[in-house]
Amino acid sequence: MKKLINHPSDVVRDALAGIDAAYPDLTVDHELRFVRRADAPVAGKVGLLSGGGSGHEPLHAGLVGHGMLDAACAGEVFTSPVPDQILAATRAIDSGAGVLHIVKNYTGDVLNFEMAAELAAESGIEVASVIVDDDVAVQDSLYTAGRRGVAATLLVEKIAGAAAEQGRKLADVAAIAQRVDDLSRSMGVALTSCTVPAAGRPTFDLPETEMELGIGIHGEPGRRRVPLAPAAEIAEQLLEPVLADLDLAGADVLAFVNGLGGTPNIELYVMYNEVAAILAKAGVRIARSLVGSYVTSLDMAGCSVTLLRLDDELTALWDAPVQTTALRWGR
Amino acid sequence: MSAIDAAAVERWLRRFAELIAAHEADLTTLDSAIGDADHGANMQRGMQAVVAVLDGGAAEQPADLLRQVGMTLVSKVGGASGPLYGTFFLRMAPALSGTTVDGAAFAAALRAGLNGVVARGRAEPGDKTMFDALAPAFDTLDAALADGRPLADALQAASKAADAGRDATGPLIARKGRASYLGERSVGHVDPGATSSALLVAATAALVVDEGPA
Repeated sequence: MKKLINHPSDVVRDALAGIDAAYPDLTVDHELRFVRRADAPVAGKVGLLSGGGSGHEPLHAGLVGHGMLDAACAGEVFTSPVPDQILAATRAIDSGAGVLHIVKNYTGDVLNFEMAAELAAESGIEVASVIVDDDVAVQDSLYTAGRRGVAATLLVEKIAGAAAEQGRKLADVAAIAQRVDDLSRSMGVALTSCTVPAAGRPTFDLPETEMELGIGIHGEPGRRRVPLAPAAEIAEQLLEPVLADLDLAGADVLAFVNGLGGTPNIELYVMYNEVAAILAKAGVRIARSLVGSYVTSLDMAGCSVTLLRLDDELTALWDAPVQTTALRWGR
Repeated sequence: MSAIDAAAVERWLRRFAELIAAHEADLTTLDSAIGDADHGANMQRGMQAVVAVLDGGAAEQPADLLRQVGMTLVSKVGGASGPLYGTFFLRMAPALSGTTVDGAAFAAALRAGLNGVVARGRAEPGDKTMFDALAPAFDTLDAALADGRPLADALQAASKAADAGRDATGPLIARKGRASYLGERSVGHVDPGATSSALLVAATAALVVDEGPA
């Protein structure tokens, strides 16, 4: 394992210290491990809180700021934060207008956020929750934990964040967040495994000539292992299940090509070009786009493609000003 | 001679911590196969924190002690096992009153703990979870106590039932947690949560050892 770390067990602590040192607009609670807007709680505004296991940076701490999250809780690498953290962050950002929890659909995250939401409610804070579950690689049925939350989490945070910034009520912000999740689908592919610092070795073995289609963002397995292929074919393989699951014929979409941490931008642009070509052929109009590594899986090579069906309201909220360390425009 | 006090509960928890420490690597190996390889480390971290609480001078009533333990696990473990094990102990607490309880009252508290886990995790029989070890264990415990068997025997029978329940998770398709993403590929692997739960039941033997002055 070659990593820029001091000690595997100190990675999260040291990274939070780095965030604190680098960004004066952010305040870090090192004891309870959450990052918040220095100006939170913002008077009259619904607070947005997300979080999860570490290792997906810049998600979530990099998306804290004007027009997006008010705070983000950092768990251990790939392990959800605990209720104490989530409760403390909820309290720290509640202006009295309530707090929306944005939770990726993993059992640990869901249970810990749920416990924290119950505790917050007992202490008089109004909390609503939205569970993000956009990953079409997982069959959504009564017989699974349901689809995983992956790159659409960023879209939910951005668009709900803009709604909150406009001063909308908690129920409205939650409904918009839910709508973004309902209208988003993602599919990912891994070219290599990630290496969890505490484990010290790759989570799984993937031969030079193969890729894992439908990969999760923790190195958990996907749908199937297939031979490595040119980008054009990989884009087909990623979009096929997305387009099969969400009727987008004639629709406007936001197309998001997301790097998983170990893939350079030049390859993401190659992928985006293929995605755009396939969508053009399918009669789907790309109205907005995003390319970059935002929802990562440590050093995993690969990418995911997310499509969000847009309407005028969602487009306007996407375009609204945002000022975070990872996403910034219009301000 | 089946009175259970805070000291007995403390022995149970310390024994559970020892068993988790001894099986940490096994739990991790099981979780690598169908989960995310952190169950051993998470349980070890949680139970070490519990031991630290016990070392610091534990509560004098079983209910208070279990509440402390539950809160410790909820705040230290993370993942799914923190809330689930934490809820188990937190929900046992209100079912126990006074400084000592008898075996039947303790069994009822274990049942209340399991009901809490079910409410939190929404697990059903055969989902390949900790429920599949705990439910048959507590059914066996209740039946044995109803038959008038001594507590030590009843706990031993419960432990056997937990082990059998754990082993029976092998052929099942996981329907909860990260293992459920594997679908049929989860078949052939024993569930890590059922395995740590069987250790929790095995550790109940410590409730009745050390009775009376040595």
